Amino acid sequence: MRYLPLDGADRRQMLARVGVPDIDALFADIPADKRLSGLIDMPLRASEIAVERELGAMAAKNVAAGSTPFFLGAGAYRHHVPATVDHLIQRSEFLTSYTPYQPEIAQGTLQVLFEFQTQVALLTGMEVANSSMYDGSTACGEAMLMAHRLTRRKKAVLSGGLHPQYADVAATLANMSGDTIARLALDPRADEDIIAEIDDSTSCVIAQNPDFFGNLRDLRPIAAAAHSKGALLIAVFTEAVSLGAIRSPGEMGADIVVGEGQSIGNSLNFGGPYVGLFACHTRFVRQMPGRLAGETVDAEGRRGFVLTLSTREQHIRREKATSNICTNSGLCALAFSIHMTLLGERGLRQLAKVNHANAVDLADKLAAVPGVEVLNAHFFNEFTIRTPRPAAELVEALVKQGIIAGLPVSRLAPGAGLDDLLVVAATEINAPEDRAAYAAALAKYLGGSR
Amino acid sequence: MNMQGRPTQPGEATPIRRATFTGNRALDMEESLIFESGRLDATGVDIDDPASFADRLGDHARVGEIGLPGLTEPETMRHYVRMSRNNYSIDAGLYPLGSCTMKHNPRLNEKLARLPGFADVHPLQPLSTALGALELIRGLAGALLQMTGMSAVAMTPKAGAHGELCGMMAIKAAIAARGEGATRNVVLVPDSAHGTNPATAALIGFSVRAVPAGPDGTVSAEAVRAKLGPDIAAIMLTNPNTCGLFEREIVEIAAAMHEAGAYFYCDGANFNAIVGKTRPGDLGVDAMHINLHKTFSTPHGGGGPGAGPVVLSARLAPFAPVPFIVEKDGALDLVEHAEGSSSFGRMSAFHGQMGMFVRALAFILSHGADGLRQASEDAVLAANYVRVTLSDLMSAPFGDRPCMHEALFDDQWLKETGLTTLDFAKAMIDEGYHPMTVYFPLVVHGAMLIEPTESESKASLDLFLMTLRDLALSALRGEKERFVTAPSLAPRRRLDETRAARQPVLRWTRPAAG
Repeated sequence: MRYLPLDGADRRQMLARVGVPDIDALFADIPADKRLSGLIDMPLRASEIAVERELGAMAAKNVAAGSTPFFLGAGAYRHHVPATVDHLIQRSEFLTSYTPYQPEIAQGTLQVLFEFQTQVALLTGMEVANSSMYDGSTACGEAMLMAHRLTRRKKAVLSGGLHPQYADVAATLANMSGDTIARLALDPRADEDIIAEIDDSTSCVIAQNPDFFGNLRDLRPIAAAAHSKGALLIAVFTEAVSLGAIRSPGEMGADIVVGEGQSIGNSLNFGGPYVGLFACHTRFVRQMPGRLAGETVDAEGRRGFVLTLSTREQHIRREKATSNICTNSGLCALAFSIHMTLLGERGLRQLAKVNHANAVDLADKLAAVPGVEVLNAHFFNEFTIRTPRPAAELVEALVKQGIIAGLPVSRLAPGAGLDDLLVVAATEINAPEDRAAYAAALAKYLGGSR
Repeated sequence: MNMQGRPTQPGEATPIRRATFTGNRALDMEESLIFESGRLDATGVDIDDPASFADRLGDHARVGEIGLPGLTEPETMRHYVRMSRNNYSIDAGLYPLGSCTMKHNPRLNEKLARLPGFADVHPLQPLSTALGALELIRGLAGALLQMTGMSAVAMTPKAGAHGELCGMMAIKAAIAARGEGATRNVVLVPDSAHGTNPATAALIGFSVRAVPAGPDGTVSAEAVRAKLGPDIAAIMLTNPNTCGLFEREIVEIAAAMHEAGAYFYCDGANFNAIVGKTRPGDLGVDAMHINLHKTFSTPHGGGGPGAGPVVLSARLAPFAPVPFIVEKDGALDLVEHAEGSSSFGRMSAFHGQMGMFVRALAFILSHGADGLRQASEDAVLAANYVRVTLSDLMSAPFGDRPCMHEALFDDQWLKETGLTTLDFAKAMIDEGYHPMTVYFPLVVHGAMLIEPTESESKASLDLFLMTLRDLALSALRGEKERFVTAPSLAPRRRLDETRAARQPVLRWTRPAAG
């Protein structure tokens, strides 16, 4: 077997040194009647060619986003990832190292994390960020629990602009912990009165910007209202590129900022692995979940980095830890950090500008299709259209013409009465002819069905 | 001298480490932070200007500077390559971190995970355009069920600890469905458990009660029975356990839990020792997570991403989280909503760690039933080879009992030397090895947990063991200098962790002017 260096002679010698007659003697602690006598019911070893063929056939049954005009976002975005990013994250020293528990021989990872934390803090407009969570949705859930600890209250108010699956994750956690959630109805026009939901028992308000429907929201009044009741504002984003164009959550008074970092440096991957971003005020850091890299010096006085404040974490604090998280998204954080370094301030702003320009162009083209209404007054690279036909049917019809038109809201919120809404995203990858093709196909479909 | 008059033999080497102007030492290079070397107007990405347009940002546009430095592409390449060279990696050397399972990461798996048909597929694409993705998840799920003999598997948990959370949520939901949610709220956790176990239980409102391990390093059914009562919801037991031992009374423990109306959560972090040798489902396990990044070798990536699918018994299967794949009229479909079912809900957006699923399935198919069993056997054989080869010098807390995939030593043997486990570990660094897991499990004083995995050749193991023997003899001879000053050959000497924690510097900030 190509991955196993030991051969029969090695094994015999090693068994002799160990002093047992055969390998099964080393498994003697397994109750005899529970030991497998034969092989598990699976195919035998396979060559690299055979495995590549088998999995390649599965991959071929999927439509790759890059092979077709593609306008789907809703929490995961198709952006161009520079070739440098994937080359670097595949370097052995990054790819095949463990969590940096021995800092003297893990300065590469630790410096990356320190830079990543700084980039995330700058991007979100916050004082401090951790070294990543699993993804945006779990980061959001952890932020809610952190707010509960900080305020010693147990009620979270969830905006109807929050990604429905993020809200589901928070609801699961709350349900399990016996905490309260006030979940506002889905709010495509961003006109909910979330402030009215905040009371003296509220621990936090969770609001997304740009919201699930693509609306840009001013979080400042929500922050002020929350603070006046002793509650915290948790600001969520699912499109990190937007922060190159719009006001940061930190500037708007957020206390904890969580988001999905996939947009920068990471592929779609059918939903994972992604990278959760998590930032907050310095004064909250001891209640923060997740790993933190910090600067220090070595025995010769040279600057170096270590994992720090680990008394918050499960391996030290056990049941009193701020979270149970251990493994996070190190390599995805590295991809984020490399891409962000390549972009820099100038590149990020330019990328955001192109995204916005393409979305504006697409929105105008779709709005010109008879019967279609763009709901959003203001948006970044994603917006919602109302169509005269159920959005799910529309998407299936356009798939047949090779266009992935967006997300029918009904897929994530069946029964919400929003079957006519379609969330549409445009990024820098969409060529002008893709957008024109979309508008034409949509016009044809809606015209033909009338 | 050769023909050019160039000396071909080195002169006398001096042991003194000379200071250099740059601080570099040949291939060992210092690298500044991007915040020191980068510029706000530098970029490594060329993006064309869009056609002129009227923006729709309203008054939400960002004003002022973000402060993010950029680098051009060659500078970026050099920055990260230089930093990478300060990392140890499994590709470069033996990485015997007990409990972490640092085995070889096949590059076929990387290649396959990057196929556009996997990497470039959006989680919310119409299912008709992602049937291969469902097939892959279904294929991996089927393999995990075969190996574990369980009834169902929840694929979405994103790492081991997230898997623990999934399993414990299923248990909590099952207890609530029985109407015992208010009373059955204590989880038993041995002192030797991973910290994630008690942290997970506490996260969803269970209180944690310790259960002691016996002097042989395992938990007895009797010790468990003594803790049982109507308030006990579950036990979280790692098997093979964190001392590297198979829990001999596991079947009795499972039976006792079930008899008392409680559940058995098995921490499957060490499943890699027993794949193909026994099935958790046959042992009475109700839920167990499988760290795909350990047992099935998806790369650790400097701390993630991982993946932690959870296999469930028939009793817990109805409570599994959404989404899950079902077969309807011979076609695969995805159930994404919990409403109208007993599912406890959703744990994360989308469908889990697809990129890790591809890699894990490639690993499983490559090994096959025979290769997977051989891998477990080789891992256990290698660990016992380590144990036996060092046992005359180093003390083992549980005597000469065979271990599973990792060999555990304590610091009893160092007592007279004045050296610590940490000193010994740091001296390994100078010898070109990553240290073993140290000071874990907590129940063993100065623990050293060595997991060689199945990926090492005999020659590699022998050199490693000769090195450890040399170090051990050196320690016992009282050559303290070699240890207390270690590491002296690494990119950094020992780092001041106390300072890092007392005066936390968690991000770069612009130095004050002047």
